[in-house]
Formats: sequence, C-alpha cells, structure tokens
Amino acid sequence: MVQSPRSLSSQAPYLTVSVTDPAKMGNGVQAYISYKVITKTNFPEYQGPEKIVIRRYSDFVWLRDRLFENYKGIFIPPLPEKSTVEKFRFSAEFIEMRRQALDVFVNRIASHHELRQSEDLKTFLLEDEQTMERSRSQETGIFKKKPADIMQIFKDVQSKVSDVVLGKEKPVEESNPEYEKQKNYIFQLEDHLAEAQKHAYRLVKRHRELGQSLSDFGKAVKLLGNCEGNSLGKAFSELGAKSEMLSIKLQREAHHLLMNFEEPLKDYVRAVQSIKATIAERANAFRHHCELAETIKFKEIDLNKLRLTRSEKLAEAEREYEQLKADGEELKMKFETIVKLMNEEIARFQEQKTIDMGVAFHELAKGQAQLAKSMAEAWRSLLPKLEACSS
Amino acid sequence: MMGYENQGFEEAHLYASKEEMASLVLNEDPSPPSNGSKSFPHDPLSSSPPFVEIPTDDTDPLHPPSANQVLPSHSSINSILEPPSYADAIFRSFDSDYVASPEVNSQDQSLSALPSFSSDYIKICVSDPQKEQEQSGSLVPGGSYYFTYLITTFTNLPEFNGAEFNVRRRFRDVVTLSDRISESYRGYFIPIRPDKSVVESQVMQQNEFVEQRRIALEKYLGRLAVHPVLKRSEELRVFLTVSGKMPLARTTDVASRMLDGAVRLPKQLFGGESVVGGAAEVSEVALPAKGGRDLLRIFRELKQSVVNDWGATKPPVIEEDKEFLEKKEKLQDLEQQISNVSQQAESLVKNHHDMGETMGQLGLAFVKLTKFESEEAIYDSQKACAADMKNVATAAVKASRLYRELNAQTVKHLEKLHEYLGVMLAVNNAFSDRTSALLTVQTLKSELSSLNSRIEKLEAASSKIFGGDRSRIRKIEELRETVRVTEEAKNCAVREYERIKENNKNELERLDKERQDDFLSMLKGFVVNQAGYAEKMANTWETVAEETSGYVK
Repeated sequence: MVQSPRSLSSQAPYLTVSVTDPAKMGNGVQAYISYKVITKTNFPEYQGPEKIVIRRYSDFVWLRDRLFENYKGIFIPPLPEKSTVEKFRFSAEFIEMRRQALDVFVNRIASHHELRQSEDLKTFLLEDEQTMERSRSQETGIFKKKPADIMQIFKDVQSKVSDVVLGKEKPVEESNPEYEKQKNYIFQLEDHLAEAQKHAYRLVKRHRELGQSLSDFGKAVKLLGNCEGNSLGKAFSELGAKSEMLSIKLQREAHHLLMNFEEPLKDYVRAVQSIKATIAERANAFRHHCELAETIKFKEIDLNKLRLTRSEKLAEAEREYEQLKADGEELKMKFETIVKLMNEEIARFQEQKTIDMGVAFHELAKGQAQLAKSMAEAWRSLLPKLEACSS
Repeated sequence: MMGYENQGFEEAHLYASKEEMASLVLNEDPSPPSNGSKSFPHDPLSSSPPFVEIPTDDTDPLHPPSANQVLPSHSSINSILEPPSYADAIFRSFDSDYVASPEVNSQDQSLSALPSFSSDYIKICVSDPQKEQEQSGSLVPGGSYYFTYLITTFTNLPEFNGAEFNVRRRFRDVVTLSDRISESYRGYFIPIRPDKSVVESQVMQQNEFVEQRRIALEKYLGRLAVHPVLKRSEELRVFLTVSGKMPLARTTDVASRMLDGAVRLPKQLFGGESVVGGAAEVSEVALPAKGGRDLLRIFRELKQSVVNDWGATKPPVIEEDKEFLEKKEKLQDLEQQISNVSQQAESLVKNHHDMGETMGQLGLAFVKLTKFESEEAIYDSQKACAADMKNVATAAVKASRLYRELNAQTVKHLEKLHEYLGVMLAVNNAFSDRTSALLTVQTLKSELSSLNSRIEKLEAASSKIFGGDRSRIRKIEELRETVRVTEEAKNCAVREYERIKENNKNELERLDKERQDDFLSMLKGFVVNQAGYAEKMANTWETVAEETSGYVK
C-alpha cells in the first residue's frame, strides 16, 4: 500500500504499519482494548527498521485530531466510530472490524506523501506509552476536543455550510461555481452511500438469518428421516446434513461480507464525512480571511484619519496596520493552500475510492459466486442418492 | 433528488417498488422479462384454463412417474416434459419439469398405485361461481344468498354411464357429500373437506373468498377422485352427475346405514373383485323386517346407555392389537415430524424472500449511485467506478429476481408436506372409526354378558320354586329374546369392526407406498430447483467477479 515517490536514495523509502493483536486491558467500566502497532520503515528520522508500541483507540483519535489541525485542506483518513452499545464493545466481531479499520487508517496516513512526514505520526508510532498518554491528555486539556465535540463542530459547520450553500445566510462565501458543484456532489454522495451501506449491512444480517433457518430446517428434516426409516429416511437425513453444512457456509459468507464489503462501504461514508469536515475548514478559513480583510480596510480608514490629524498615535497605528496586513497575507495564504490541497486531494480521493470499491465489489461477487456454487454442488450431490431410493 | 431520467436503466426510479424492480429490464439480460407476479404457471391440471385444454401425455395423471424420475440430463427431461409456452420460459431447463411432476401429483396422490388402474380416469373442474337467492321463505326481507359452483366431470368409469357431466352445487352439498362418505367408508383415509370458514367469509373480500373456496373445492374433489375406493362411491357419483337438487340426504341413521352398508359392501370394494366380509353380509339382506327394527332399537338404546353411563367422556377401549398400536404411535411421530419440517420450510421460504428483497434493494441503491456518479463524473476514475457499480447493481437485481422465482417454486414443492398433514388428519379419523367400532363391540359384549348373568340369576331363583315361577319364566323368555337380538347386533358390530380394521390395513399400505413416492419426488423437485437457481446465481456473480478481478492483484 505504500506508494513509492520519486526518490534519489538507493532504496525506495517505505513506511508500513500493522495494527494487530487486540488485547483486553483492565476491568469493569475502565476496561479497554489495546493494540500492537508495528512499524517497519527506512525513514532516517525513525531511527531503526522496526518498532513496536502499544496503543489504544483514544491514541488514534489524538493522532487524527492533530493531523486535522495541522494539515488543513487534506482529507484526513477516517476513524471507525466509537461503540455506542456497551455490550457490543468487546464482541469478537466488533474488535476485529475496529482493528481492521485502524490498520487501514494508519496505513493511509503512512502512504500520504504529506501526512507521512508529520511529527505527530512519528510520536504516535515511536513513543512509549507513558509519553503517548501525556501528549494525549495535554491535547484534550488544551483543545478540549473530544470525538463527540468534533462531531458537533462538524455538524454545526455542516449546517452552516449548507445554509450558505442554500443561500439562507448573508454569505461570506466563495463565489466559485465549480467548488459549489463539488460541495453538492459530496453532500449527495454521502446520502447515496449511506443508503447503499444500510442495505449492505442488512444483507449481512440476511445471510445470518438464512443460515440459521437452513440449520433448523436441516435438523427437522433429519428427524423426519429417522421417523421414515429405509431409503427414503436416508434421503431425508442426507438432505438434512447438506442443509446444515450449507448453513455454516452461509455464516461464513456473512462474516466475509461484513469485513470485505460492508466495512469498505462504511469506510467510504466516513471518508466523505471527513471531506465535509475539510469543506467546513475551508469555509472557516475563507471567512477569517474575509473578516480580516474587512478589518484591514477599516484600519486603513482609521490610519488615514490619523495621518490627517498628525496624531501621536499614528506610528503605533501604522505598526498595527502592518501587522494586520501581514496576518492578512498569512490567512490568505492559508486559505489558498487549503484550496490547492483540496483540488489535489479530490482527484486522489476519487482514484483511491475507485480502487477500494473495485476491490469491495470483487469480494462481494466472489463471495456470492462461491456461496452459490457450493449450494449448487451440495444439492446436486444428493440426486444420485435420491435416484437410488426410487429404484 | 429529482432528475433521474431513464438513462441506460429503463424503469429504475428513485423509489422503485417491487413491481418496478421486477420489470427492470437490464441491458445484458437476454431472457424475456418476467412479469413478477407469477413466475411459474399453475398445475396444468388446474381448472382456470378452459376445459378444452385436456393435458397431453406430459400431464396425464395416470402417466407413470418413471419418466419424471429419470435424470440423465436436463435436455432429455425437456423433451419428455416440455411444458407449453408459459410466460416465464427462462427457467425451463430444470425446475419447471420437476415441478410438473409434483404438480401432477398434487391432485393425484395415488399416482403410484397406478398399475392396477391403468384405465381409470376422473377429472373434476370447479368453476363459474354464481350468486343465487335463497329460495325458502326466509324471514329476512330481500332474502339471503349463496354461491353455486359449476362442477364439470370428465370420466371413463363405466358406472358413470357417460363421459362428461355438468352440475351446479353449493358448498352445503359438499358438506353433505363429505358427511355421507364419512359414514359409509369408515376406516378409510378420507380426504378432509374444505372448512366452512364462517369468519373468513365475513372478513375477506367476497371475490377473494369465493375464489379461495373454488380452488379448495377443486382440490378436495380431486383428492376424492384419485382415491382408489372413494372414486367409485355412489355418493360421489351422485354428487357429480345428478342435475338439479342433490339427492343425497344429509345423513342416514347409523344403524340402518350399518345394515344398508352391509348390503352394499360387495359393490363398493375394488370393483367387486375382492369382497371383505361381503359374503357374510349378503345374508343380512335376508334379515326379517322385525329383526331390522329390533336392531335399530338396540343401537339406539346402546347409544343412550353409553351416554348415561359415561356421560360425555368415552369409555376406555381395550385395544389389543399390538401391531396396530405400534403403527399408530409411529404415525403420530411422523405427523409431528412432518409438521415440524413444514414449519421450518415456511421459515426457510420467508428467509429466502427477505434475502431476495434486501439484495434487490442493494442493487437499486447501486443503480442510483451509478446514475449519480455518471452524471457528476469529472474524473476518469469516477467513470470507471460507475461502470463497476453498474455491473454489481445489475447482478444484484438479477439475483434478487432469482431468489423470488426460486421461492415460488419451493413453495409449490413443499406444499406436498402440507397435503400430508391433511392426510394425517384423515388417518386419525379412520383410526377413530376403528376405535369407536371396537367400543361398540365391547359394549355389546358386556351388555350380553350382563343379560346372560341376569338370566342365570332368574333361572336359579326360579328353580327353587316348585312348578316354576310364571312371572320369572316370562321374564327369562323376554330376556332370552333380547339376548338373541343383541347377539345379532354384536355379530354385526364385530363384522363392522373387522371390516374397518381391514380398511385401515389396506389404507396404511397405500399410504406408505404413496408417501414414499410423493416425498421422493418432492425431494427431487426441491433439490433440482435449488441447485438450478444456485447455478444461475453463481454464473451471474462470477461474471462480475471476473470483470472486477483487475482490482485484485
């Protein structure tokens, strides 16, 4: 998954991470899952080819928040959600899904040409647990941002952005029709994807239900076979046995679908939500930039007034004015960086998504084809035995 | 989210309903579109097509099932059982042929009993329900009404004296027919008649109710028509052939029926070949009228005394036939298992249905996504993504349709199970007949022994008196007379019991054989169906897997 950029070094630089070995730590309410994070790299600043650290979910959240702060304009890879249902939190399936999503998360960062250079990433991958914990609590202290809060901010901004898009507010917005189109696309895409993901999840459930039903059916048929006796009874028993076997295959396919089709779809939805957060950031940056531009204008007027009256405050005012202008330049640059980055990111995003979805579709098709084939084979294998009965 | 014009996906609307999904014409799909409502036409023997559609060799009810059970390859099966051109010819290759065989059986449970009845043929159709006014001077102004049905019979049985009959009957007549057959054919596994369903008739739409009843009647009469003994009953013949008001009386007195029945037995059994207890019964014809009346009186009194002594509950019957008891238990177990499987099968069908639905919804969601992506596509990657999505969507919708059709077939196959639950009811009734006949015998025996002991006592008392005791002697004579008549009644009851036992035995043999054949063919049909559809689904998805294999290196 590591893209090799054009490099002058003798060996292409690589950075791969795996998130493995989930383990339950602690007891009761305070219990949580820890993961082993293994980094393999030849980056010089990483001091060593391999490093293993222990991390928990909130560490990943910290990393995401830091990147979001420092790399505005870039679509930060999404994190799996916090579990809302208590009893589900430690189910094997949930843990596996989360582990997979976290693995994908870190690797995406590690393969992004800008994000991979982040200091915070280095901290996350290399520091010992105590240092990590300290950094984490510092951040939450200063920024007071918890995942729930961030979501709320997103939502606020999202509604603000859509208000702006819909022309409800007095706009402090870019008048960029192409960008408008892109924003619209993102919002509608999310709706479509959410629906597809919903049905994908239901499909997983259906597989499980059908599996259970087939198993019950098999058992009942076997009992009937026992009752009948002779060759007919044997035929029934065989049918029952095949049904039970197929039931197991269905359960397996349900799991396979969940991990290889539904999760990627959910990931896609999350990615789109992450883009929305970036859109909100861009709108923020634009607003700040405009507001400051306004402020500068007023300052200029003030300055001219002071010039006319030859006030002693003039020198100070001029200094302030220069400062404001410098700030203004900075904000403008920030905004323009975001715009540039976003344009690159969108293209990259589309490409990546096409590949991800292509893989997911392949898995879906493969899984379904294999399942159907096993079923056909199982049923067909019964026919010679049924034949034998009637002769 | 407006503006989804039909571009490349005919009929894919935003909130497509099931019907729309069914009618979704997918570009790659070469087969004719299904209309979604009925994937497989009903039994060629069913009545809705006009009568002239007398089945050809593939649907001849007497055609031995051996052809159906040969499984070399689908094509040869095709040639044997080529169905007429039904709407959905898509899945002819396997399931329709197999469905044809259980379909044929659904009206013809004794298909396998054929060898001895190769020339018998009765086909009964029920059609043309019509509303008629209640004639009798009812107190309700305007009068109530009822429905009559046209019953058409095609037959070549000699006792019918004709090839085709048309009569009009109402449901009440069917109830009468059923009651009369139950009286005359005790010990046989008599098909259960359709319910009176009073509640349903109020609740359902009239059209639906009448149609439901029409189908039920046809099925019921069909079952009677294939029962090797019942198909030759007078009651059925009269029901099917005599126009105007049905001449069968509601019921005959049990006692006289026993006499009548005894006389007519020889004709009723197996075309007169074997006579079970028939020879003995012929002598009953010679019974003097007085004897007949006395018998009547005995039975009435017997019935009364049973009621008096035991109230509402039935006295315990001492069944000594161990073999019978074993068989009975086994059948009860069988009934339980069939019921279980039937329930699980229903649940299985429901789950398949849900799976199909969700698959279809997933497909639709991707259809919408594809349209969306195609419209908004700026990057090439988007266009590629849209193309992949379209393939998946197409496959999903196709799979959904396949599930639906699979289910419709499965339901038909598993209907056989339901049928046999009905047969089990009939078996229970036949066993009840036996039990109550045994009860009659035992009651009469105990009556006889108590009469005899009274006589003994009287004789003992009388002998002590010199010259005899006139009143006692008279009493003894009266009792002796009663004993004689009771003895006759007992003999009659014993013969009846033996007759019923024999009926039970024959029917059990028939049941076992037919059940084997029916279940076997049901299994085959089910299995072939499942396999066929699974193969179709595998193909559909394999195509998509190949198309997307480039993403996985």
